[in-house]
Amino acid sequence: MKKVIIHIMPKQGVLDPQGKAIQTSLSALGFSEVEDIQTGKLVELFVEDAENIDERVGEMCDKLLANPVMEDYHFAVEEVAYT
Amino acid sequence: MKFAVIVFPGSNCDRDMYYALHDVLGMEADLVWYEHSNLENYDAILLPGGFSYGDYLRSGAIASASGVMQQIKAHAEAGKPVLGVCNGFQILLEAGLLPGAMLPNKTLSFMCHYEALAVANHETSFTTGFDKGEIIHLPIAHGDGNYFVDDATLSELKKSNRIVFTYTNNPNGSAADIAGIINSQGNVLGMMPHPERAVEKLLGSDDGIRLFQSMIENWRVAYAANL
Amino acid sequence: MPLTYNISPEKVEQEKLYLGMGLSDEEYAKVKHILQRRPNFTETGIFSVMWSEHCSYKTSKPLLKKFPSHGPHVLQGPGEGAGVVDIGDGQAVVFKVESHNHPSAVEPYQGAATGVGGIIRDVFSMGARPVALMNSLRFGNLATGRTKYLFQEVVHGIAGYGNCVGVPTVGGEVQFDDSYEENPLVNAMCVGLINHDDIQKGVASGAGNTVIYAGAPTGRDGIHGATFASDDLSDESDADRPSVQVGDPFMEKLLIEACLEVSHSDALVGMQDMGAAGLTSSASEMASKAGTGITMNLDFVPQREQDMNAYELMLSESQERMLLVVKQGREQEIINVFEKYGLQAVTVGEVTKEKSFLLKQHGEIVANIPVDALAEEAPVYQMPAKEAAYVKAFQQMEHAVPHVGDHTAMLKQLLQQPTIASKESVYDQYDSMVQTNTVVTPGSDSAVIRIKGTDKALAITTDCNSRYIYLDPKIGGRIAVAEAARNIVSSGARPLGLTDGLNFGNPTNPEVFWQMKQSVEGMSEAACILKTPVVSGNVSLYNQSNGRSIFPTPVVGMVGLIESLDHLTPSFFQEPGDLIYLIGETKAEFGGSELQNVVEGVYEGKAPASDLHVDADRQEQLLAAIQEGLIRSAHDLAEGGLGVALAESIFNGKGLGLEAGISGDPTVALFSESQSRFLVSVKPDQQRQFEATVADASQFGSVTDSGKFVVRVDDGVLIEEDVQILHDLWKGAIPCLLK
Repeated sequence: MKKVIIHIMPKQGVLDPQGKAIQTSLSALGFSEVEDIQTGKLVELFVEDAENIDERVGEMCDKLLANPVMEDYHFAVEEVAYT
Repeated sequence: MKFAVIVFPGSNCDRDMYYALHDVLGMEADLVWYEHSNLENYDAILLPGGFSYGDYLRSGAIASASGVMQQIKAHAEAGKPVLGVCNGFQILLEAGLLPGAMLPNKTLSFMCHYEALAVANHETSFTTGFDKGEIIHLPIAHGDGNYFVDDATLSELKKSNRIVFTYTNNPNGSAADIAGIINSQGNVLGMMPHPERAVEKLLGSDDGIRLFQSMIENWRVAYAANL
Repeated sequence: MPLTYNISPEKVEQEKLYLGMGLSDEEYAKVKHILQRRPNFTETGIFSVMWSEHCSYKTSKPLLKKFPSHGPHVLQGPGEGAGVVDIGDGQAVVFKVESHNHPSAVEPYQGAATGVGGIIRDVFSMGARPVALMNSLRFGNLATGRTKYLFQEVVHGIAGYGNCVGVPTVGGEVQFDDSYEENPLVNAMCVGLINHDDIQKGVASGAGNTVIYAGAPTGRDGIHGATFASDDLSDESDADRPSVQVGDPFMEKLLIEACLEVSHSDALVGMQDMGAAGLTSSASEMASKAGTGITMNLDFVPQREQDMNAYELMLSESQERMLLVVKQGREQEIINVFEKYGLQAVTVGEVTKEKSFLLKQHGEIVANIPVDALAEEAPVYQMPAKEAAYVKAFQQMEHAVPHVGDHTAMLKQLLQQPTIASKESVYDQYDSMVQTNTVVTPGSDSAVIRIKGTDKALAITTDCNSRYIYLDPKIGGRIAVAEAARNIVSSGARPLGLTDGLNFGNPTNPEVFWQMKQSVEGMSEAACILKTPVVSGNVSLYNQSNGRSIFPTPVVGMVGLIESLDHLTPSFFQEPGDLIYLIGETKAEFGGSELQNVVEGVYEGKAPASDLHVDADRQEQLLAAIQEGLIRSAHDLAEGGLGVALAESIFNGKGLGLEAGISGDPTVALFSESQSRFLVSVKPDQQRQFEATVADASQFGSVTDSGKFVVRVDDGVLIEEDVQILHDLWKGAIPCLLK
């Protein structure tokens, strides 16, 4: 069994209003050292072992999990025990 | 002319769209559940607003991956009219039938009120009933209506006159004040404001009715020409 | 609390574990007597939730009986999911208000969202399509970070849920007062429409019929939420966070459509929401109402988490779940409908002739309780009541006029008080227009939705000025109902009935119980005289922290019928030249007023007087004038008195102005909160006819096109200001405070 951890983040240059709002709020709380914030999504998949797992997950991201117009993604595959 | 109003799980302006066409305009229309539907016999497809699949993942994303989209794409390729309103617009963007994507409103809040829109292109099959540059009033009701598009595509949209409606007082941060765009073939329109909510003076405006009347009129003209 | 099977009935008794679940020693003894044995852990939990205030109304029942709940148009009074009132043409309106105060204090977004979800289910469980949502909110002063956070998140939660399910949130009210600092109130109201033939009830009749569970699977959400909702809120509540339920409005939308579809089927016998106390209350109440019993096998209950025990399954408050009773042999028809919407629906049990509540799990009986013991035989307490000492002192005080030096400055200050200021920044976040029926959007006295296919419309309002109720619960109770009725009449409607959301402190405190008793009496008197029967309601007690109670806040949700769209009346002035009238008398009454709070920083003294017969006559006359087409606009006078009402009436973006002349003490004329008054505008050519129809009306000004707000006193100018300036202060106040 593999665990796939997918990070989906706004593309460079795409406005991230949520990130901006969090930054303003952190700054108001005195955390002025924060220079930039990006918020995104984290998706975890539990997948049966397969040869072409990277290729398949890439397809999943392109077709549904991320929107290539405004989002980038990267993922990591980990080995996990059957539960 | 027969309209199909596609109902996805979570659509919630489907009945309003049906009411506008069937009850107000007296047209033939069906509420078509997204599964097991056959769209062959419909002349126009309407994707209504709402929160298809709860807007989970991204607004419109999951609906855009459902089976019925293949039929809608085929219908669009055949040159038949497709109108996506609000969540319907988001679905068209996610499905790649229109360019760009929707971000959360710049206020980060849902917003619902009337907005003044300029009819930027009154020569599409959806807008011939409006005057050039006319200001109309339609309600908006969305959380993710901040239209995003890369610069190259935006200049292409401008050059080919595919921006159909613009906000006169941009409420949500949309690029180039865009409220609605059309595809290059001129038969797929996506817009965030709700024309189906503005079909009776009692509700505050009936400006939306002319959009549907334009669709009907242009379909009739084309139909007569093909006879 | 460890949730295991291994806790023996003996241990429950010896270690008094029932106390932690909310049962008193006496109540536990009563349970033992009913069962003729010690209850096991699961049974103890079942009794504790069913006998909690939330489910049994054990302390409020004797008071609630006083409410008039019958009337010629009432089709269903209290006791079902929601009240039902006939509106003619074979149609009826279904409505109820419900509180979600404690959950919202702990987790404001989800607390408010699930409050909205729950009240919507109460309405569609009757077979009605939900057509409108309203709310009534109370927070502390909008000055602290916590209050701002609670306020914004509650509004987000209401919007997040209501917008997604496609039911318009058409209005509501928000007030801010210190007493709500630790205990915000979130009351949500839902209104539905139904054909008489489709009215469903939550009954499990017909032995042998099948019990079906539909909707979301059960998790460990909100276990003991019903008793939690009835407990004092302490600083430890933050640690209770896991017990707050999470809502899924997408699932709810699908449930609405599926349940409305099955409500048309004659295979359906009864249907009820699994609300507070979840599977326990829905199943036992349905059986109790039908005079039957229910047997369920908990192994069949859809489960979201592993190894859930009977106690957890029965007490879970997972959201978006419904319990149905279906005719034997026709289960599949019903299940198919749910499956079409991608929802789970499974058979979990059957209706039995023997009136017992029998639960099995893993082949063993895990609970066996006489059904009536849970609902019918729940304890009822006659609590001691004692007149609150502060009220006695207030009654001795004379009416005094707060000192106002500059009336223009005071008007501006009042317009910026959060309770008075524009709530546009709130209601803009609500989809108020979906379903395309909303004729009057939020921001008027009442919201109005038309009824498609007819010439009729419904007016809806929520109201409660808790300051008056704090000063004098009986008078304040009258005023709450009368003001709601004035809001309804102002829009051109005749009041049909009301739903009450009673929010109070700890009822074991005799002064708090006295507040409850008095305000219920005041509300009952008003409901009788104004012919607005109480058809549904909700009680939320223990709204207090560290010994400090909220202001008594019995929220009134009222619905009225506009018989013809021609009677629709705006609350804003319409045309230059129209004559402005004040209907009713103004006295020096400032107890509990906005002015008193602004100038003196307190609420004290006598509440404004309320003569219900005067109110009834005046409402009748105004409605007659509206129906004859004599009224251009009508607005009820409330917080801030005539000055604020004049300003609100001119804020319609049309560039209008007004010229008004007042006499006597200008502070009294402009800012007194005397009751039973309306501000109306009339076309000049209808002046004589109007004056012949409505008594006690005096013309004191007219609408102009100057864009100026001008008030003269004894030929001198008292106030002269641009309407735009007043408007911007009023509109910008809340966004400014939230920055």
